[in-house]
Amino acid sequence: MAITEQELGLFKAIGNNDKAAIEAVYKENYSLIQHFVINNNGTEDDARDIFQEAMMVLYEKSRLPEFELTCQIRTYLYSVCRRLWLKKLQHSRRIETQVENFDRIVQVEEDIEEHDKLNLQYQTMRTAMGKIGEPCKSLIEAFYVHRKNMLEIAGFFGYTNADNAKNQKYKCLVRLKKLFFAQYKNA
Amino acid sequence: MEQFELAEVVERYLTGEMGPEEKHAFEEMRKNNPELDQMVVEYHFFLEQMGRYGEIRQFKSNLYDSHHTLQESGEIKELQLTTGTRIINMWNKYRRVVAVAASIAGITALFISGMMTLFTPKTPFRDIEELRRKVSNLEKQSSNQSAEFNKFKTKIAPGSDVKFGGTSFLIDPKGYLVTSAHVLKGAKKIYVQSIQGEDFLAEIVHQDANSDIAVIKINDQDFESPKQLPYGFTRLQTDLSEAVYTLGFPKDEIVYNEGYLSARTGLEGDTMSCQITITANPGNSGGPVFNKNGEVIGILNARQASANGVVFATKSKNIFQLVETLKEADKDINIKLRNNSSIKGINRSQQVKKVQDHVYMVKVVLG
Repeated sequence: MAITEQELGLFKAIGNNDKAAIEAVYKENYSLIQHFVINNNGTEDDARDIFQEAMMVLYEKSRLPEFELTCQIRTYLYSVCRRLWLKKLQHSRRIETQVENFDRIVQVEEDIEEHDKLNLQYQTMRTAMGKIGEPCKSLIEAFYVHRKNMLEIAGFFGYTNADNAKNQKYKCLVRLKKLFFAQYKNA
Repeated sequence: MEQFELAEVVERYLTGEMGPEEKHAFEEMRKNNPELDQMVVEYHFFLEQMGRYGEIRQFKSNLYDSHHTLQESGEIKELQLTTGTRIINMWNKYRRVVAVAASIAGITALFISGMMTLFTPKTPFRDIEELRRKVSNLEKQSSNQSAEFNKFKTKIAPGSDVKFGGTSFLIDPKGYLVTSAHVLKGAKKIYVQSIQGEDFLAEIVHQDANSDIAVIKINDQDFESPKQLPYGFTRLQTDLSEAVYTLGFPKDEIVYNEGYLSARTGLEGDTMSCQITITANPGNSGGPVFNKNGEVIGILNARQASANGVVFATKSKNIFQLVETLKEADKDINIKLRNNSSIKGINRSQQVKKVQDHVYMVKVVLG
């Protein structure tokens, strides 16, 4: 099946963290995954977790310049979800599980392996962030996650000027870096 | 340079915030200072991770928001599971538990039945030998010859297949005998042979598999009824250790054996019979068991295969009961069981001499 321009546009927009695109893809595909997971021994929460993880894989793929979408987003998401859910079932039951098929599938094994690697890095950073403590955590999140500029941050956290805030931010960053690499080596 | 100052510089360098001159100077420093170079590489990786972390956090929050918005607008609904699916779900969820529970139950059941088999006494069916005798061809021949020798013409048609033999004895002078029911199993024709070797045709009056007693009647014109039987029958319980003796046909000649009452009940506490320690062999089945007064206390019928000399006899009171029911059922049957023996008080060999004339070999012709 040919992939429409609209599909490719949506796919790119996902990589750019476009909220409207995310919502559109979400709306389009969630119920398929929901039915699949719940009909294969999953819960409502399982369906949401699996779908969101598949969206993460889609996002990561979209950010890679060399990745080319060769099937519809729907097929891709379904294939990823199916694989992820099978893995989870096998992991929790330790037996070969058969699941009903809801749609056609494409090979996503490598994509998921790649995703697992990236996910591990993400988790490492998350753990390091959890250990750094306040106000460093909020300060760093404000800058790197919420993309505030130093002036806004100084105002929000009550620093007299942006430079003081900036110095504090770098002090925090040095600490975070140490925590991150300690975690990273353990992982 | 302080660590955090370095961090700032490296970040500015990596994000391209440096002016061309400053950038050039910094690159020179990197070249000459391997430590700084290493720091830059580390920072580069770290800041990349940091950036990705921020983006993923952003994306996740967008996903979360989308889910929430779509749920609020009703575009995403929680699926209502049908009952069937829910039950299948439950089954799938707990089937391992169920399987484990079932196996435990199964193993326990097997274990218990195993223990039962281990501790229960051996089953009686294999452990018991009925004492009817297989008549071999050789024995048949010698029997025929001895019959000829004694000038008695055998009534058994030549070529008839005499398969099993046992013992029987008169309970009434009119020709009524008792034997063990199992001796007559599958019989088409029955002959009884006296100790003189004369055959008489007999017929089954009644057989009771439960007490293993059969009543047969000699139905032969050559049979001469004795005036009276020398022995009687006792309903009384015989005492343990009391001496008993029996007469039977484990071979073609009458054989005497003696022993004692070793238990008041038979195999597995069977109250219809008693246990005697005596030598008995196939062919002794149906033989009378006498006490020292020459009273019949039972009919010998089986021995325990796993023990030596352990023989079982159906108690005489079963003969009384059987005769009673027979008389009730058929008015023509007139059996009178004697209560007292006329041989009481005489010595054993004299008793046997008087008794042996009324003990007959049973010959069963199958088909």
